[in-house]
Amino acid sequence: MRRSALNLLGLLVAAFAVFPVVWMVATSFKSTPEIFSGGPVPFPRHPTLVHYRTILTGDLIPGVTFVDFFRNSVLVAFATVVISGLIALLAATAVSRFRFRGRTSILVMLLVVQMIPLEALVIPLFLMIQRLGLYDTLASLVLTYVGFSLPFAVWMLRGFVAAVPVELEEAAAIDGASRAQIFRRILLPLVAPGLAATSIFSFIVAWNELIFALTFLNDQTRYTLPVAMTFFFGRDDTAWGPVMAASTILTIPVLIFFLVVQRRMVSGLAAGAIKG
Amino acid sequence: MTTSTRVAPDAPVARPASPARSARRGAGRVPYLLLLPCLLVIAALLLWPLGQVAVMSLYDLDSVRQVRGDRPWPFAGLANYREILTDPFFHTVLRNTVLFAVANVVLTMVLGTLVGLLLHRLGRRMAAFVGGCVLLAWATPALTGTITWKWIFDDTNGLVTWLFNALPDGFSSWLFGRSDWTGYGWFNAPLSFFSILTLVIVWHSFPFIAVSVLAGLKSLPGELLEAARVDGAGPWRSFWSITFPLLRPVFGILVVLSTIWDFKVFTQQYVLAGGTQDRPTFMLSIYSYATAFSPPPKYGLGATIAVVLTVILLIVTGVYVRSLLKQEEL
Repeated sequence: MRRSALNLLGLLVAAFAVFPVVWMVATSFKSTPEIFSGGPVPFPRHPTLVHYRTILTGDLIPGVTFVDFFRNSVLVAFATVVISGLIALLAATAVSRFRFRGRTSILVMLLVVQMIPLEALVIPLFLMIQRLGLYDTLASLVLTYVGFSLPFAVWMLRGFVAAVPVELEEAAAIDGASRAQIFRRILLPLVAPGLAATSIFSFIVAWNELIFALTFLNDQTRYTLPVAMTFFFGRDDTAWGPVMAASTILTIPVLIFFLVVQRRMVSGLAAGAIKG
Repeated sequence: MTTSTRVAPDAPVARPASPARSARRGAGRVPYLLLLPCLLVIAALLLWPLGQVAVMSLYDLDSVRQVRGDRPWPFAGLANYREILTDPFFHTVLRNTVLFAVANVVLTMVLGTLVGLLLHRLGRRMAAFVGGCVLLAWATPALTGTITWKWIFDDTNGLVTWLFNALPDGFSSWLFGRSDWTGYGWFNAPLSFFSILTLVIVWHSFPFIAVSVLAGLKSLPGELLEAARVDGAGPWRSFWSITFPLLRPVFGILVVLSTIWDFKVFTQQYVLAGGTQDRPTFMLSIYSYATAFSPPPKYGLGATIAVVLTVILLIVTGVYVRSLLKQEEL
């Protein structure tokens, strides 16, 4: 009795949590008449790909389809991941492999800057992007997202670098390997899973971001997915089939990536907080 | 961190293998060279703008050409602050922000903690299933999650409208004064708008709290709770006498993080309101954005509002850090 009551509660929580996601995906596969019938039918009776065909082939503005926005988003996210990962790896190596003056202050700084409300930085970064001549370029977004993802990326990678046994590097050093060789041949392969997890984090930052993309882009052909979605679909539009299909395409990569790394993200907090 | 993905502020697996050992003394400039790109990026993209927003709040900046530096910046002193603080609308915005943040932090914490406790009590398979579902809500991008909620509350074919229409007409008119809900604007009245926004935010943020509380619970020694149960303490008593005091640091961090996140909500509000036109429901971050970027642009005034937002969040963080330090000393 007790047990079954708890299980029931659990199912309610699960339903509340997944419902919007299920509803989004289900709507994207429903035919337009079925969507407009409005009833609480969680699964499409006659699944159709018509909405996906609409958004993937239909021109939103002449010559530009959803695929172009998708490509813009992929480009920005990919560049962010590569640059942020590289810089974070160097920094994580420094703080977990060396002891030097200012090390602790840098670690504290990495934590504190994560508290800065990014929403408050839109205006000064807009100024910076204008003055660098990067306004209305995808590069402006890459630059911004590298800055936003970096502190957490370093913080996350630090643990992975520290987990690689120093003995391995020492042995290589004794065998005459140079520092660069040790980095490339020993540290890099061993830290690769950590780098993958960090990359996913940076990817999600870049892939989801809306405000800065909204502010720094002007030419509609350069829009990233989130901006395109708010611009073409977000405004009192009732074409919910295509909107939900686009939402599904934007959401699914994030869900998959997130589930891969979530364990590492959570376990870290508890460990740190309890020791706190 | 991001505006949308909520992640724990600490990272994974191993602690550094004793720094003294792994350290290479006399490495000279190497660590600094390795850190240089990282520090440059943080300085340029986080610290400099933080200073710059304060500087901009002291000027009258009304055109993009001033922002680009093609035109002079007239110094305004504290005029922007005076304008903001004496504007009744700013008080409305501030009240909206504070009430919204408090309500959302409380609801998120309560629901998140309850779900965390529930996950801890469930059997293994059930806990894995519910936990997985909860993670999906967490992982869903703020943008698409909000768009989906907007669809659920759509005034013609949305699920909620359908459900209200399905109520017996007599009952519906008696309770709400209307029986036909088609065309009812769920987002029109501020209270109803804020309620839906709260639903969206709580839905999106309780998973992080639940999962973190669960991780905390798993780290507690089981004997303590067992002993309390044997001594006849109910769930309420053992939570407040054992679980909560032991997990106080976890709850502290979670409250601060939630407060910071709920104070600066932007994406969800922007999407639900369909842009920056719905002034009665403005909160600080969207007000700052709309002031700066909606024509006519007022970058200086927008920066002033951003400074106010930042200062409030600094105070929240500061109070928390101080209380942590006090605990340490005791």
